[in-house]
Amino acid sequence: LIHFIKRALMMSHHRRKRGYDDDEGGGGYRTKKRRTNEHMEIEDRLESLILRVGEKSTSSLESNLEGLASVLEADLSTYKSKILKILVECAMKLPDKCTIYTTLIGLLNTKNYNFGGECVELLVKSTKDALKSFRWSDARFLLRFMSDLVNCHVVSAGSLLQLLDNFVDAALEEGVPQVRRDWFAYTVLSALPWVGRELYEKKESELDRMLGSLEGYIKRRKKIHHNALRVFKSDHPHPQEEYLDCLWQQIKRLRSDMWIEKHIIRPYLAFDSTLSEALQHNLPSLVPPPHHPSTLYPLPTVIFRMFDYTDCPEGPILPGQHSIERWLIEEQLRHILMSNHLERKECAAQLLSYPLKNKIPLEYIIVEVMFGEIFRLPNPLCLEIAYGSILIELCKLQPSTMPQVLAQATELLYERLDGMNKTCFDRLVNWFSYHLSNFQFRWSWDDWEDALTQDPEEPKAKFIREVLLKCLRLSYHQRVVEIVPETFAVFLPDKPSPNFKYAANGQFAGSVEVRASEHLIAAIKRKCTSEEVLALLKQELDPPMAEEDMEDNVCNPVKIEVFTQTLLFLGQKSFSHSFAAIAKFYSVLKSLGNTEEAQICILRSVVDLWKSHQQMLVVLIDKLLKTQIVECAAVANWVFSKEMVPEFSKCYIWEIVHLTIRKMNKHVAKLQK
Amino acid sequence: MSVDISSYRDQHFKGSRSEQERLLNQSTTLYIGNMSFFTTEEQLYELFGKVGEVKKIIMGLDKFKRTPCGFCFVEYYQRDDAENAMRYINGTRLDDRIIRTDWDAGFVEGRQYGRGKSGGQVRDEYRTDFDSGRGGYGKIVQQKLQTPEF
Repeated sequence: LIHFIKRALMMSHHRRKRGYDDDEGGGGYRTKKRRTNEHMEIEDRLESLILRVGEKSTSSLESNLEGLASVLEADLSTYKSKILKILVECAMKLPDKCTIYTTLIGLLNTKNYNFGGECVELLVKSTKDALKSFRWSDARFLLRFMSDLVNCHVVSAGSLLQLLDNFVDAALEEGVPQVRRDWFAYTVLSALPWVGRELYEKKESELDRMLGSLEGYIKRRKKIHHNALRVFKSDHPHPQEEYLDCLWQQIKRLRSDMWIEKHIIRPYLAFDSTLSEALQHNLPSLVPPPHHPSTLYPLPTVIFRMFDYTDCPEGPILPGQHSIERWLIEEQLRHILMSNHLERKECAAQLLSYPLKNKIPLEYIIVEVMFGEIFRLPNPLCLEIAYGSILIELCKLQPSTMPQVLAQATELLYERLDGMNKTCFDRLVNWFSYHLSNFQFRWSWDDWEDALTQDPEEPKAKFIREVLLKCLRLSYHQRVVEIVPETFAVFLPDKPSPNFKYAANGQFAGSVEVRASEHLIAAIKRKCTSEEVLALLKQELDPPMAEEDMEDNVCNPVKIEVFTQTLLFLGQKSFSHSFAAIAKFYSVLKSLGNTEEAQICILRSVVDLWKSHQQMLVVLIDKLLKTQIVECAAVANWVFSKEMVPEFSKCYIWEIVHLTIRKMNKHVAKLQK
Repeated sequence: MSVDISSYRDQHFKGSRSEQERLLNQSTTLYIGNMSFFTTEEQLYELFGKVGEVKKIIMGLDKFKRTPCGFCFVEYYQRDDAENAMRYINGTRLDDRIIRTDWDAGFVEGRQYGRGKSGGQVRDEYRTDFDSGRGGYGKIVQQKLQTPEF
């Protein structure tokens, strides 16, 4: 690395001679500009060197760190503030390389005590800033970083404990939201895997006292949110622990192991003799900013578990749920996911490049973490399709193992459908059908024969039915028929087709209504206007009444149904055809739907026509809401009406409910502006 | 980066290259390629609806037959949603085929028609493979097959 650094600095020296000689003269200003450009180039080079330390190299990590420390020491006088900034950025954004950068700072501290002090000061200041601007992850990683600096003899154990105590005080503070208190407790615990041993050796009684306070808090607090966030109702076979409870158990286990953990790579151990001769700094005081009513804290979570070591094949053992290793791995994997979720291929590659992957059944942990994210309540952090497509990339990169683990996961989840949160059930349906659509819908359906004898409302039977409905949307009816065994015919979705009540040769042939429908069709084909339609409907379907007796808000359900069904029957070819029909005769629909009762009538007409085509229903109701032909309240009242009760347990109903609520939220937001 | 504009530029675009690029960089419309002729609007709504609310889908049509010829435009209300389609749908399967998504400068009447001499897409004129989802052999190969050789 030293060779590379010397070469890099020499190259910038060459640039100094070549680059800016094009214009003559200029004297002072140009020379200054040249120097500033060189200055920036060297800063960029330093940034690159710092960012890349720890990456794959022909030299050992220790020699790279030594080399980099020498180079930086030489540049401290000129580039100190830039180097400080870069190191703090690394502390916040590269938590997986925490120990690498703390070692680097440790080495620099031995060479330049003042620099070590300025580092420490900037870290504390950055933590304060992160807390003030609600950058919770940044703050948590900074606290971990400052804790690890104790291991590098940069920070005194006593001053760290003082800082941790301030955080624990924030966790014990009364009269503030529990989410705030939980965050402070969690943040302190999440630093202990790095510094627990050192604190145990140097300040055992203070550490015990601090842990005692935390334990008291964690046990006393309310956990009414726990049941709302569980994926599975039951804790058998795997518990669904509240996140802070889980970390507490893991730290307790670590403590009972005398704080010895073997997972974290600690480069500073190789430099112990050098580092222990350094003078330590005391952390400046850091009192967390007080709570403000408008502050939003991170939501609590439940730790999703679906695997234990018996599920994994012979080979590396899956660390137990209360081992600190499990937490360290999951922390890291989640960080990789959230840092790379915008580039799915890179994300999959990074997940599979997890260091120490040969010591653990990595695919299993990745799959458990991914499903934990997919099932996160109330909402996942990313789009569901982000996780789905990343899982597909993982299968592409590891075709001999990932697909099998995913299949095993699917089987496992299928067996536990009873007692699964309903929202998570829907997400599983969405994920599985999407995944199948990328793999030619190949699946061992026969393994799920047990569902055949179940009542249709039982979870397994419902799951298969809903999956096939979603598969239908991504393919076509005949395809779905072909992908399942013949025995599964009972689960097949209906073939989507319109159920037109007023068909010319249907059951009401010859009636007034059917005749009106036929005339309507002829008029529409003649390209008549909305006014002509309204006149036709009035003439043929309104009861013969004197004008004065016609009340405006008496709806004529037959008229509404004939028009709505006829129009949408004409538009049956595709969504676009139906949308065009609605657009063309928008004013008729608007006029007919002049009361909530009338709007519900429109909805019923649409549903009766297209009950075999759930996707069409969802899309049409969305369109009717968007064009304000029906109001959100009408949809809500219709969904929750008595006649819809048999449909309640079907996914598409909840799709409609959710899209209606989203539209309502948009209206409200617009009005509030 | 998966949301970057590609090197494709529409030769029929009315305007300068930089204007086209400006539009591509702010577009909410995507071109979808390598579709089967049998892929339906419904399937497209289902898949592309997973990243956000679809504003409109325009199926690509054979200029003469007016039947789908294996491409379409998907327009979103928000740029963010189109970006997520580029991130998570591009290169995955629809109707058992790997589809390609790319930024489009915006739909203009007439752009829904294939520009190949035979009425479909240009790529279907020249390709030599057999693709059952895209009418079998390419058009030129088909013509050669029909011409008797002496």
